[in-house]
Amino acid sequence: MASIDYPLDRPRQEEEAHSFSESLYSWVATVDHKRLGLMYVVSALIFLVIAGIMALVIRMQLMFPDGHVVGPDTFDRLFTMHGTTMVFLVGMPMVAGFSNYLVPLMIGARDMAFPRLNAFGFWIFLFGGLLLYFSYIGGGGLGGAGSAPDVGWFAYAPLTSKAFSRGAATDYWALGILVSGAGSIASAINVIATTISLRCPGMTLSKMPMFVWVMLVDSWLILIALPPLSAAQIMLLMDRQLGANFFDTRAGGSAVLWQHLFWIFGHPEVYILIFPAFAILSEVIPIFSRKPLFGKPAMVGAVVAIGFISLGVWAHHMFAIGMTAWSNTFFAAASMLVGVPTGIKIFNWTATMYGGRIRYSVPMMFCCGFLLHFLVAGLTGIMLAVAPFDWQLHDSYFVVAHFHFTLIGGLVFALMAGMYYWFPKVSGRLLSEKLGKWSFWLLVVGFNMTFIPLHFVGFLGMPRRIYTYTADRGWNTINFVASIGALIQAVAIACFAWNVLYSLKKGEHAGDDPWDAWTLEWATTSPPPEYNFEKLPVVRSGRPLWDLKHPHDPDWKYE
Amino acid sequence: MLRHALLALLQSDVPGLPEHRVANMFNPLASPGASEKEIALLTFAVTGAIFVVVAGLIVFAMWRFRRKPGDDERQEPPQVYGSNQIEVAWTVIPILIVFVLIGVSARVIVGVENASPPPATVKLTLVGHQWWWEVDYPEFKVHTANEIHVPVAHNGSHATYLTLESADVIHSFWAPQLAGKVDLIPNRQNFTWIDPSEPGVYFGNCAEYCGTQHANMLLRVIAQEPADFNRWAAAEAKPAVDDPEMAAAKAMYQSLSCVNCHTIRGTSSRGTFGPDLTHLMSRETIGAGVLTNTHEHLRAWVDDPQESKPGSLMPSMKLTDRELNQVVAYLETLK
Repeated sequence: MASIDYPLDRPRQEEEAHSFSESLYSWVATVDHKRLGLMYVVSALIFLVIAGIMALVIRMQLMFPDGHVVGPDTFDRLFTMHGTTMVFLVGMPMVAGFSNYLVPLMIGARDMAFPRLNAFGFWIFLFGGLLLYFSYIGGGGLGGAGSAPDVGWFAYAPLTSKAFSRGAATDYWALGILVSGAGSIASAINVIATTISLRCPGMTLSKMPMFVWVMLVDSWLILIALPPLSAAQIMLLMDRQLGANFFDTRAGGSAVLWQHLFWIFGHPEVYILIFPAFAILSEVIPIFSRKPLFGKPAMVGAVVAIGFISLGVWAHHMFAIGMTAWSNTFFAAASMLVGVPTGIKIFNWTATMYGGRIRYSVPMMFCCGFLLHFLVAGLTGIMLAVAPFDWQLHDSYFVVAHFHFTLIGGLVFALMAGMYYWFPKVSGRLLSEKLGKWSFWLLVVGFNMTFIPLHFVGFLGMPRRIYTYTADRGWNTINFVASIGALIQAVAIACFAWNVLYSLKKGEHAGDDPWDAWTLEWATTSPPPEYNFEKLPVVRSGRPLWDLKHPHDPDWKYE
Repeated sequence: MLRHALLALLQSDVPGLPEHRVANMFNPLASPGASEKEIALLTFAVTGAIFVVVAGLIVFAMWRFRRKPGDDERQEPPQVYGSNQIEVAWTVIPILIVFVLIGVSARVIVGVENASPPPATVKLTLVGHQWWWEVDYPEFKVHTANEIHVPVAHNGSHATYLTLESADVIHSFWAPQLAGKVDLIPNRQNFTWIDPSEPGVYFGNCAEYCGTQHANMLLRVIAQEPADFNRWAAAEAKPAVDDPEMAAAKAMYQSLSCVNCHTIRGTSSRGTFGPDLTHLMSRETIGAGVLTNTHEHLRAWVDDPQESKPGSLMPSMKLTDRELNQVVAYLETLK
């Protein structure tokens, strides 16, 4: 029998004190996957706060009809930067951050396969983000026209051509995303190489934790979906700088070509963003239900299926451009098909809880929030996939409500679960349960107060991206309620931020394994040493720590 | 608030048609909107049933299997790894549901798109501009802007066909009570049709983000009885009223750069960048719906459009009071 040698609850090593410049240098020069993972997550959180404040200003402007908080140009920049930031500078680094920190720990490795590529990926992502934000200063270009980009996060041509987008803002937008996209591709290659080649002895693919599986598929999806976007950005830059006329309709270019290129990236992208949520839920729900993940092979199959199908649904963003009936039908059918594997995932999570003994700590509460919100988001997604219904719903506030249900109700809730769950591993201290429950309930109330009503204002004909509306269109009450909800969400996030800052200093000591968990990251100290494991672990099942804790009833007997 | 009350008062007596300002897509008054509502209700029924069942299961599992105060901390529940039968069941059943839904919506999509709509009595071309709508009726020799007059459809006839084009960026035609949206894309022609069943003014918006004043690219579809529509079209087709008493004002208008962008048929004002003004006073609104067409508003608009529609491509021409008075006086003769 292979030796199982991962002692729990070893004494904590006290870190030596360093001067500020020494510790700054150690962070800047680090190639440690855990530090890079943390830097990804922390920069994502900072961008989340920035883009969240933008969302608040947007909601304040729309709180009342004829709002005068900001003017039209500022408003257009706000929603463009909000969307771009949330997708490329919050969602994407969260993928990279969580997979960087956790994948090597979960597969019993000492680092990622390419540590320096990993550092390159992080810094190039951050540089891309800063380049995008530099547009607030440099976006005017030589003519001084404009500042930040104001073309919307999917930047439809020909609004992005020189004639309609003066100054350099759109160039910064394309460049910033192009550059940070290189970071995402680097990180995806790294995750794939790591999971393929660095798994510890005994960890066959079928014994790999579900989190790692999902991140593996996610990385493939990034690798397939990002190059078309990069190509499109380069074409756009050629249009703007070299007169290439790919998308310039006045010179015979095609506006629809941009839409195809963008959404061939853009639809897989929404799955790229939601996959970390699937990954987190698949770890947290079993631990707090005290049961293994129900139907893990089916879960793996479902996530691969979602990845494949998501590559063939992009034109459901384009039902209103006047495609033929058959193209519309094809893309409607493909989009609905995604519902099947997604449904399988929801059923399996529910079945994992079924028959369990659910401990409602904060991470589990956020998972439950995810399940219900994501169910709603999936069903409104089916509504949008029905092309004739979509002709009404497209580009209305219904769509805004739908994708915020996936990205806040889904992704943010799951990220919260993940942060509450792994914070003790990262810091050695537990986050406060009391503040956590406050932030959970405030977020549930605020989020639903904002985004449930916004579905309905879409039914009443309110298009997205309008900076003002008059009082006679029947939209007043809903917008007012939604804006109040946004303020409550801000309080919830502030609660979370305070919890993190407070618990870092004064939180309860967590020990190595506070949740009585089963995967390898809990078999090392909290925080883990730079080398992760003193001795590389050997595993015999998908739940090595379960085997360790239940020597008379180990998992490998059943697998 | 007061301003809106006043606006509402002013507007109610101008057209004499019921106004559908709240554009509820679930209160359709034309065939495309009605068929879209039908499939929407079907989708609600299916997704609603799924929601009740699945949310019920989730909440049941959440509640029934919660840890209770008396439970032994160390006691683990039975470890269940999965069940192939169950996996097959909840794969196959959703696939069946999805295939039914695909079949039904395919029928409606093909039905709506390949349907032979009722014969057209009116064909118009809608051209999107930053941030207004050009409306051309080639058969009637009518060129107007922002307010789309169409006949009311009776007994499946008198439908209006719209050819959708764009002069600059992508826009989208959306009057929710009449039909779902179709984009106006440069270098491309799209088509849609509407057949309003009741006379009225149907409100809508440009539904594709098109730049600074996307929000104020408002749409009004004015559905009239066919006889009224024909009267309106005949009046619109005439060249501009030439009031000899207004010769000085007209000359003032002609001498300014207004003529570079606007057309007033029958005069030397032949610009095409901005809306056709030949029968400006027959329109209820100015600035693509931002202001009602009253004397004060018209004067304020000509004086400085940036005041009520910041970012509008019509600049303030810095007219003197005298110039302004004469231009407005001339425009007000364009009945």
